[in-house]
Amino acid sequence: MVYRATATENKKAILLLVLIVIPVLAAPICIGIGRYSLSVGESIKVLFNAAVFGKESVEPQSYSVIIGLRLPRIILALFAGAGLAVSGASFQALFGNPLATPDTMGVAAGASFGAALALLIGDNLIWIQSVSLIVGLIAVFLTYSISRIKGRATIIMMVLSGIVIATMFQAFVSLVKYMADPEDKLPAITYWLMGSLTGITYKSLLIGLPFLIVGITIILLLRWKLNVLSLSEDEAHSMGVNVRKMRLFIVLASTMITASAISMCGQVGWVGLVIPHIARMIFGSNNRFIIPASISLGAVFMILIDTIARSATQGEIPVSILTATVGAPFFIYLLKRTGGAWV
Amino acid sequence: MIFKVDNGCFSYTEGREILKNISFEIKDGNVLSVLGPNGAGKTTLLKCMIGLLKWNRGASLLDGKNISDIPVRKLWQKIAYVPQAKNSVFAYTTEEMVLLGRSAHIGTISQPSKQDYEKAEMAMMDVGIAHLRGKECSRISGGELQMVLIARALTAEPSILVLDEPESNLDFKNQLIILEKLKELSMNKGIAVVFNTHYPSHALKISDKSLIMKKDGLCLFGETKKVINCINMRDSFSVNVHIEELEICDVKHYLVVPLSIV
Repeated sequence: MVYRATATENKKAILLLVLIVIPVLAAPICIGIGRYSLSVGESIKVLFNAAVFGKESVEPQSYSVIIGLRLPRIILALFAGAGLAVSGASFQALFGNPLATPDTMGVAAGASFGAALALLIGDNLIWIQSVSLIVGLIAVFLTYSISRIKGRATIIMMVLSGIVIATMFQAFVSLVKYMADPEDKLPAITYWLMGSLTGITYKSLLIGLPFLIVGITIILLLRWKLNVLSLSEDEAHSMGVNVRKMRLFIVLASTMITASAISMCGQVGWVGLVIPHIARMIFGSNNRFIIPASISLGAVFMILIDTIARSATQGEIPVSILTATVGAPFFIYLLKRTGGAWV
Repeated sequence: MIFKVDNGCFSYTEGREILKNISFEIKDGNVLSVLGPNGAGKTTLLKCMIGLLKWNRGASLLDGKNISDIPVRKLWQKIAYVPQAKNSVFAYTTEEMVLLGRSAHIGTISQPSKQDYEKAEMAMMDVGIAHLRGKECSRISGGELQMVLIARALTAEPSILVLDEPESNLDFKNQLIILEKLKELSMNKGIAVVFNTHYPSHALKISDKSLIMKKDGLCLFGETKKVINCINMRDSFSVNVHIEELEICDVKHYLVVPLSIV
C-alpha cells in the first residue's frame, strides 16, 4: 500500500512555501519606505551594489540610510519577530495551553528588569543587552528550580512559579523606575520598555542574533516532537520521549530567544500569542507546520510593525503600542470570523 | 516475548502500600484483564507495570530484563500504552494523532518519513477508522476517539498493548467493537493485551488470564475462568454475584449478575 498525501496536505505544503517567500519579499519593500523613500528596484540595487562592489559604489546618503540605519533594523525585525512567535508556539505546545507565552516563565519580566537596571547605571546598548539577557536567564532558572519538587517539575508548578517570579521582577522594575532620575533616566527606561528597534547597530546584532538563531534552530528541529509533548506527560513518556530533557531544552531555547529579543528591542508583547494562533487557523494544530509558519509570519509581522513605527509619524512610535493596536483588532476580527474553532 | 511482574510493591505515600507483592506473567497472544473495585489501584498497577511509575520494590521484566535497564526508545517500541480517552487541547486531525504513535521509532530531531505515514495509515485501516481521516479528534465521538488511540498505539508495532479502561464510557456497540478488536489483535498479530475493566463479563469474554485486585493491595492472578468466581468476586468487590454460562448458537457467553452488597 502506498501512502498518498491528501489534497489538504498538498495545499498546506504550497501555503508553507508561500509563507517562506513572503518575508523575502517584504524586506526589500519595507527597507525603501520612510522619509527617505526608495522604490523596491532602487532598494535592491543599493543592497546589491553595496554587497558586491562595496561602499563607494553607492550614493553616500543611500548608503547611510539603507545600509547603516534600515538594514540592521530589518534584520532585527526578521529575527526578533520570528523568534518571539516561535517561542510562543513552542510554549503553547509544551504546556498544552494555547495561552502560554514566554512571559509565563517570567523571562520577559526578568529581562525587562535587567534592562531597566542597566539603563539606570549606563546607556551603552551592549551593556544593556548583556545585563538583560543574564537576568532573563536567571529568572527562568529561578522559575525552574522553584517548580522542582522531589526532582519533578510539573507543568502546573512551572506556571505558578513563573507567575510568582514575573510578579517579583515587575515589582523590581517599578522600584528601578521609582529610583530613577525623573529628568532623563525615567523617560529613557519607560520609553525603552515600550519597545523600539531604533539605534540597533551591527555590533549589537552580532551579540544578540546568535542567541536568536540558535534558539529558533533548536525549536525548528524539535518541531514534530512538540506534538508529542503537548499530550499528557504519561502519553508523551509512553511514546519514547524523554519528557524532562525535552522540556528543559525547549524552555532554554525559548528563554534565549525571548531574553535576547527583549535585550535588543525592549518589551514587545503580543507577537508570541497572536502569531501562533494565526498559524493554527491556517494550518491546524500540527507543529510540524505551525513552527515554520510562525517563523515566517512573525518575521513579516515585525517588519511591518517596525516600518509603521518609523515611518507613520514624524517621531518613532513605540513598537509595543503598535503590536497591540494593530494586533488586537486583527485578532478580534479573526476570533469573530472563525468563532475560535481552530483551538 | 515474556512479560513478567515480580513482587511489585508501590505506595504514593510512605507506609501505605496500595500494591503489595504483585506478580504475574503474560506471553505473546495472551489477553490479561485487570479487575478491582474503585480505588484499588488498577490504573496505578498499569502505570507501574510499564514504568510510568516506579515500583518501590520488585520489578517488571521484559524477556528477563528489568525494563528500567532498557533504553527508553527501545522499550517503547515494544510496549504501547492507551490511556483513558481524553482529548488533547489542540485539535490534531486523526491521522496526525495516529502518526504520533510512531514517535519511539523516529529520532528526536527527525520528521516522520513516508514509511511512518504508511504505517499510520495501515493502523487506521486495521482498526477500521480509515474513513475518519482528515477529521479533527475534537469532533469525533468517544468510541471513535478510543479507536484512534488504539490505532496510535498500534503504529508503534508493539509486542504488548496496555489499555486503561478502553471500553468504559462507551455504548453497547462500541464496547463490542473494542473488545472484538482486542481479541483479534491478540489472535492474529500475537500481541499481548493487558486491559483493566469494570465489567467481569468483558473479562470473561476475551481474556485468558485475569488479575483481581483487592482493597488491601493484594491480588489474585490466574486463568480467567477459574479466577472470576463467586467467592473471589465477593472477596474483592464485597458484592454477591451469580455467574451464568449461556450457550447461544454454539458460542459460550458469560453473565455476571450482581445480587446484593455483602
